[in-house]
Amino acid sequence: DYKNLPQRAPASIVVIDSKELEKYNSDWTGQYKGASRIVCRPQSTEEVASILEYCNKEKIGVVPQAGNTGVVGGSVPVHDEIILSVERLNEIHSFDAINGILQCGAGCILQTLQEKVASWNHLMPIDLGAKGTCMIGGNIATNAGGQYYYRFGSIHANIIGLEVVLPNGTILDLMSTNRKDNTGYDLKHLFVGSEGTLGVVTKVALNCPSLPSARNVAFLACNSFESVCQTLSFAKEELGEVLAAFEFMDKQVLDQVATEKTIPLKIRNENYNFCVLVETQGSNREHDTAKLESFLEQVMDSGHVVDGILAQDTKQVYEMWEIRESCNPIIKSKGYNYKYDISLPLSAYYDIAKKMRERLLPFPDVIVANWGHVIDGNLHLNIITPGNFEVDSQIKGMIEPFLFEYVVAQNGSISAEHGLGQSKNKYLGKYAKSEAAVTIMRSLKDSFDPNGIMNPEKFLPS
Amino acid sequence: MKILVGVKRVVDYAVKVRVGSHGVELKNVKMSLNPFCEIAVEEAVRLKENKGAGVSEIVALSIGPKQCQETLRTALAMGCDRGIHVQTDLRGDYMELQSDAVAKLFQKIIEEKEKDADLVLVGKQSIDSDCGHVGPMLAGYMSWPQATFAAKIDVEGNGLLVERETDQGTETIRIPKLPAVISCDLRLNEPRYATLPNIMKAKKKKIDTFQAEDFGIDLEPKNKVLEVFEPPARKEGIFVDDVNQLIDKLRNEAGVIP
Repeated sequence: DYKNLPQRAPASIVVIDSKELEKYNSDWTGQYKGASRIVCRPQSTEEVASILEYCNKEKIGVVPQAGNTGVVGGSVPVHDEIILSVERLNEIHSFDAINGILQCGAGCILQTLQEKVASWNHLMPIDLGAKGTCMIGGNIATNAGGQYYYRFGSIHANIIGLEVVLPNGTILDLMSTNRKDNTGYDLKHLFVGSEGTLGVVTKVALNCPSLPSARNVAFLACNSFESVCQTLSFAKEELGEVLAAFEFMDKQVLDQVATEKTIPLKIRNENYNFCVLVETQGSNREHDTAKLESFLEQVMDSGHVVDGILAQDTKQVYEMWEIRESCNPIIKSKGYNYKYDISLPLSAYYDIAKKMRERLLPFPDVIVANWGHVIDGNLHLNIITPGNFEVDSQIKGMIEPFLFEYVVAQNGSISAEHGLGQSKNKYLGKYAKSEAAVTIMRSLKDSFDPNGIMNPEKFLPS
Repeated sequence: MKILVGVKRVVDYAVKVRVGSHGVELKNVKMSLNPFCEIAVEEAVRLKENKGAGVSEIVALSIGPKQCQETLRTALAMGCDRGIHVQTDLRGDYMELQSDAVAKLFQKIIEEKEKDADLVLVGKQSIDSDCGHVGPMLAGYMSWPQATFAAKIDVEGNGLLVERETDQGTETIRIPKLPAVISCDLRLNEPRYATLPNIMKAKKKKIDTFQAEDFGIDLEPKNKVLEVFEPPARKEGIFVDDVNQLIDKLRNEAGVIP
């Protein structure tokens, strides 16, 4: 019974059945589409509580939505659940520059926060390609990873406080500015990565590292994955504490990116098999430059790095990162994406790409493109059919369940950072967690959300 | 042909500058090669790579503190053969060292150290002082022909054909004989990245250092800076509810319609 909703949050509700709903119902990949007829855009935590209390009473399904940039269909309705967007909870409440703690609403766009916090000489602890659209509430709910995970740690490592509205409308105030607080079960960590199934994040208190005075980026070429791994070892050893990011891209993804962008590494007439982006961040320019030069000399001498460029100014830093961040959107634009995000030990990391190419030989048009946070053992494996935007069940059959079984055999993870949503929830018990673990997860879910209104048919196997 | 390229070390274009008690804050701020100088270096290297131009050597010149050596290393890594560093701790962003002194230092370097320089390439302006003076002033002091805001440079016989950008469109200038001074604009080229092998090679290239005071030039600023301040903060815009409110504001508040 939707009729009573408008009274609860009059200024915030979208006109039912409007064309505006289109963007809220469709996910970023274009592979998932809900049929919701209502979007609520509350402007305060109290309004969120009011909406959830009502929906809990009437047993109406609710899909919390932030930036809607997820790639596992977790942010759009499966049927006609109402959408609760946190976009208007976009106030920056405070920033403590001495302690490096930001307090803001869940609807703040990540890039906005990055710019604001930079003006106070600090950094957000995460950075991802979706920064211009994703919101911090969504980042929290999905335990977003990104390119600086190695340096700054996960959201879990950086969350200091949280305000959440529980499914029954109770406002759970876990906001705090204490870095150390061992008093009771640390509930906020349950909500981090819970993908909107336990409640709606409305406010966050986050640790912000200091802005580095020195930031250096190098774009390197390697001819084998073994060389990429050796270069990574050199990087950890030589760069030590100033190493901030280490990303890799293979020839297949770079060939696609090259159709729209100029790859910084102009390589005579050959294409290198792999490119690596290395970033250092530190507080002393001379110190970092000296370490970087030592690292670069060693990897060049060792023959593991066959070519490379070093950014000479900030413009070149942005250009190099743009190449890395373009991988996802450009691959998406080329054809249907069979998208995988896995964790693997380095020894098996690139083997899966080779195996997939072997298996897909009967489909000569298929491209297996790979990139990712190799330093975290996180691979973004994307199989595409250029020019064809329809899913092909034969191709899918060659990929699944082979890929998942391979990952399990390597003790890896079938979803490193993208989460489960409605795309991979069915695999939770089969390829990810034990029966005992899933049972406890279900009992937690039932305890928080007995009526099952929060993001139904997602995250846990339905 | 021997080319002399000016390379200036300036505040990186991406930095949000802040104004302190002595002008723009430079402490701990990221500095880089001036983008227009980078374009000048790229053009010099392209001329050298074009066998028809007959470029024998490219010398990069930088005036400033000891960190200018890093700026020179970037120019060397892009393809310059040698570097000259004129050392001074005077601020180059118009606060202390100004265009006239810089142009005269360039003149001294040419007359005393690089007599056979055929072409001076500079950026059209630096992004800290935004003056755009050094190119034209140097040409004046040397009595050499000049072409500023170059968007295209072609070798023609013993001289050069230069297309320059003006507000009315493109103007083509023929420089029948060298030596000459050319200042480089944005459309001239897209500078290359410094590759690792070239960065390593650049470490072995020669940089000669001279002291700015030793050239007998008055380095004192000819113009006095009275005040440096940030532009007033832009006021936030507001949303209006309907067209009538918009018209009311345009008419009565902004006063832009009758």
